[in-house]
Amino acid sequence: MIADLLLAAAILAVAVASILARRTFTAVALFIAYGLLLSLAWVRLSAIDVALTEAAIGAGLSGVLLLGAVRRLASRAEAPANPPPGAAMTVLIGIACACVAAALGAVILLLPEPAPSLAPQVAANLPTTGLGNPVTGVLMSFRALDTLLESAVVLLAVICVWSLTPDGGWGGAPGAAQPILGDGPLLLLARILPPLGIVVAVHILWVGKDAPGGKFQAAAILAAMWLLPWMAGLVAPPRIAARWLRLTVAVGPVVFIAIGLAGAVTEGAFLAYPPGWAMPLILVIEIVLTASIAVALALLVIGPPVPEP
Amino acid sequence: MSLLADVFTIVAVLAGLVFFIAGTAGLLRFPDTASRLHALTKADHLGLGLIVLGLLPRAGGMGGALRLLAIWGLVLVSSAAVGPMVARLTRGPEGRE
Repeated sequence: MIADLLLAAAILAVAVASILARRTFTAVALFIAYGLLLSLAWVRLSAIDVALTEAAIGAGLSGVLLLGAVRRLASRAEAPANPPPGAAMTVLIGIACACVAAALGAVILLLPEPAPSLAPQVAANLPTTGLGNPVTGVLMSFRALDTLLESAVVLLAVICVWSLTPDGGWGGAPGAAQPILGDGPLLLLARILPPLGIVVAVHILWVGKDAPGGKFQAAAILAAMWLLPWMAGLVAPPRIAARWLRLTVAVGPVVFIAIGLAGAVTEGAFLAYPPGWAMPLILVIEIVLTASIAVALALLVIGPPVPEP
Repeated sequence: MSLLADVFTIVAVLAGLVFFIAGTAGLLRFPDTASRLHALTKADHLGLGLIVLGLLPRAGGMGGALRLLAIWGLVLVSSAAVGPMVARLTRGPEGRE
């Protein structure tokens, strides 16, 4: 109880500090700490799936992307500071913020008791999917459309990052050239960690059907295992014009949509699985999506191509 | 036997916490980056190592114990890689302060 209160207080404190921070780098560093504390809170709430995703995607990957954004912004001219709002505006902003806070509080207080829950229905229908993890059941069967859209958003994000390519760089290798280290601990880490990390990622993907885990967590680890040798200068990223690269990024959502359409033909509903085929089909989607998302997440971190000098 | 294991856990975890507190104090109070890294690595290596050691009797079997040891090993390797990176960044490309 005391530990939970301390955790909640720490989350609030870090969140406020992140908003109040004057320097963007400080704000991002605090945001990463916020994500890690938040994943601890999810662990305390027994939502291990959410905790894993928050730590890997919310704190880790988003943090790296934000740090990259800070570096890009720092190289530009300082944005002109907005003039401070007048007295009337300040009062209006205060009233509006108070209204939002009051509305949020009212919503929380007006929640029916007991809170509405679909958990019994999920538990009752989970055996039809052949899965053991209710979270995976919801993500891949009951609400598969949401997951499909999520995977498409990742694909879209890669296209958006690539569309930032400056003139003369299109089709080239993405990301700034990494310094070649002759020797050192990073090189050692980049050599010994990927085999371990790949095993852990495959394990997390495979247990996802029965226990906390799944494709997004596994893909985040796989992406890190690619980024590490890239940062150490051991591997060069492929040119974004490479056909296999584009195919790998796109194949996950495409297979997902194809299986969904097959369900529409045979079962009469988009993303419906034939009886008895749910688990194998979900496994196929999970494995292919992991590959696509892993490559997409790594490409997001690596960034757009830079024109060759 | 279980009392002995409990005492071992408490002593080892407390000793680990001492290193974490010392490391945090050093991180906050030391004047320059190199000394701060020095303080931080003590917390990472010895503090976490002692806590892992203390939790081993409670790991519930070989698998849990091996996982705990793997976590310690991975933290050791990664902080060993991150420390020199931070140090190199603060010294700049020419190796000056």
